[in-house]
Amino acid sequence: MRRPAGVPRMSEAHVVLEGVTRMFPREGQAPLHALGPIDLELRAGEFFGVVGPSGCGKSTLLDVIAGLSLPSAGWIAIDGTTVGGEVPEGVGVVFQDDASFPWLTVWDNIAFGLRQRGAGAAEIAERVTRALALMGLGDFARAYPAQLSGGMRQRVCIARTLVLQPRLILLDEPFGALDQQTRLLMGDELLNLWRQTGATILLITHALDEAAMLSDRVGVMSARPGRFLEIVETAWPRERDSRIVASSAFGAITGRLWSLLRGESLKAMQLERRAE
Amino acid sequence: MSARFPAAFFRSRAFDFAVFAALFLALWQVAHEWGGEVAMTAPLDTLVFSAKTLASAEFWPHAYATLRAFLIALVLASTAGVLAGAALGFHRLSGEVSEPILVGVYSIPKVTLYPIILLFFGIGIEAKVAFGALHGVIPIILFTMNAVRNIKPVYIKTARVMRLGPWPLFRHVLLPATLPEVFTGLRVGFALTLIGTLLSEMFGSRSGIGFQLMNAIGLHNMDIIMSLTFLLVAFAGTANAAMLALDHRLHRRV
Amino acid sequence: MKLATKLRIVVLVAAVAAVELLCRAGIIKAFTMIPPSEMALSLWRLVAAGKAHNDMLRTLSAVGVALFASIVAGAAAGTAIHSLPRVRRTLDPLLAAYYSVPVFVFYPMFIVIFGLNDRPKIVIGFLYAVAAMIINTLNGLDRVAPVLRKTARVFRMGPAATTFKVVLPCAAPYLFTGVKLAVAYSFIGVVGSEFILSTGGLGYQIGFAYHDFNNRTMYALILFILAVTLIANMSLHAWEKVLLARRGLL
Repeated sequence: MRRPAGVPRMSEAHVVLEGVTRMFPREGQAPLHALGPIDLELRAGEFFGVVGPSGCGKSTLLDVIAGLSLPSAGWIAIDGTTVGGEVPEGVGVVFQDDASFPWLTVWDNIAFGLRQRGAGAAEIAERVTRALALMGLGDFARAYPAQLSGGMRQRVCIARTLVLQPRLILLDEPFGALDQQTRLLMGDELLNLWRQTGATILLITHALDEAAMLSDRVGVMSARPGRFLEIVETAWPRERDSRIVASSAFGAITGRLWSLLRGESLKAMQLERRAE
Repeated sequence: MSARFPAAFFRSRAFDFAVFAALFLALWQVAHEWGGEVAMTAPLDTLVFSAKTLASAEFWPHAYATLRAFLIALVLASTAGVLAGAALGFHRLSGEVSEPILVGVYSIPKVTLYPIILLFFGIGIEAKVAFGALHGVIPIILFTMNAVRNIKPVYIKTARVMRLGPWPLFRHVLLPATLPEVFTGLRVGFALTLIGTLLSEMFGSRSGIGFQLMNAIGLHNMDIIMSLTFLLVAFAGTANAAMLALDHRLHRRV
Repeated sequence: MKLATKLRIVVLVAAVAAVELLCRAGIIKAFTMIPPSEMALSLWRLVAAGKAHNDMLRTLSAVGVALFASIVAGAAAGTAIHSLPRVRRTLDPLLAAYYSVPVFVFYPMFIVIFGLNDRPKIVIGFLYAVAAMIINTLNGLDRVAPVLRKTARVFRMGPAATTFKVVLPCAAPYLFTGVKLAVAYSFIGVVGSEFILSTGGLGYQIGFAYHDFNNRTMYALILFILAVTLIANMSLHAWEKVLLARRGLL
């Protein structure tokens, strides 16, 4: 699929969204305007965070970028190729819900994608072993997901995604079910992996501090229908970890995010109340 | 509004059910044409014959015999089942010991035990009641036991913090918490008790609808068989539908 | 071994011993029930003399056919119904009411359609078992979390690969519950038909022995059926628990 004519190729733009809108048809009513119009460019290798009030369409945005659903208007291009109804090569997704396959061991879970591709046994063994070590799951290779905690199951999902070395990684509130301290540590791990793989990462989160700490840029979405109000640059160095939460710059960024979001969050609550 | 109404109707449940009923009746009619009178009576004829049966004099004594045995069995199975199930649910160890035994009994073809019941109770209403109750009591025990086991500990804790006495605890916490699942057990028990009662009549009995069925089978009297079956299915189906509706309402509250 | 298991064995042994004593003491008369030890002895003699082989084979093969057909048809039908929401919506209340209908009453119809052979009782066994398989297949497919299907799409898997490598393995424990129930119901359908409608096989022989006042043979055959069904069901139940435990569902 070729990119639409007349769109200039931006150097370093990995993902481009233009005028992306998503409507959901409803019986007996006007369709639900869930998202957009969204215009966005993700630079290759950047860490982009997305925050927004509940119901603003963050997950819908991720679905559309990944090719899991089609936009009602506008287009998405990854590496210059338009994204249609299927997931393109080189895209990895970590979902909010636990997506580990409960009938497979941790090892088989992580190896799943490689086996799908027909990779050789030696390559699988090497990559999976490395992924297990990276995610601290070395002792649990033969365990089943049911025997692990929520956080560990998410690590299995992340390992399963990373082992395929995708160039674009989309994460939808991956640490949602974890406590604050575990989240901060997982954030550190994620930054490590990001630096090692050089992938472009888009992370959706409701935790402002998480977005502020992890991202090069943070997109702040409005209440439904979600549009980007502002994109906040953090200007962090690439070599960062959770200790930056102590800096005053961190407080300023988080403060800016909340001042943008507070009004939208109130709006979102009212929308919810009206829907009841 | 007028343009939207027909469209909505064609998507509704009522329409789907009407289509299904029409297909079913059509298949029935086709089976009748293909197999002949001796295989299956046509839908309309079945309906007519059922009406005649309901109006006939010989039907009602048998219906009464079956109903009497069934209701006694149901009361026995429900009372014994709920009490036993509750006891086994509260006393963990007894429950753990009993459950595989109950599941085992549930899975055997209980009809093979019927001769034993006949030998113990003789031919008569006692055997019917015993057999019917045997069928129904097990699911009632299992469901009640499960319901009691699944009471969330946090409910008990909340009740203790509120310093509720034993009767208020039962009336306002335990009963509503277990009611949906207990009721499902009773609904299943109802169906199984009915089947058990009918089966007992089909083998060693001289009265009841099951007995009438066996007679008709022996005489190859297809219209009697079909109309009795139709009446049984109508009764069981309606009762079950009513209980299912109640079942859903109870579960929605939870 | 867990305490509950030990107690259970004690309870069962005590129950059998109690019956044995009551029978031997004459409190339970011989024409009502013979002692369990004599039941076992009688069964042993029957098997050794090869008298019951034909009937055993007949019953077990009928059960086997009904079981196999109900598992395949039930899983296929369940999968199909699951993918057609409107059909499912219509059929759901009927499936819930299915077991309140005494399926045995359709037996005469089946004689006319299939003839006076073993097929009618196989059909009845099938009809009993297939509903349980359909219901549990539907239940299992319901429990495949949407996020797993999404994951299959992220892995760019086609519909066939998604069904066989993600959906069915995920639903497997629930399908297994369906199989376990199908085993029980196939036996109930086949043996019940044989018993009530006198069509040969073990069920028929039990009824015949009853009318013949032949308690020895009757109890021996009852014991055989109970033993076979209990062993089959308990093994499947134990296996099911292992499968569920591995998934953390227990």
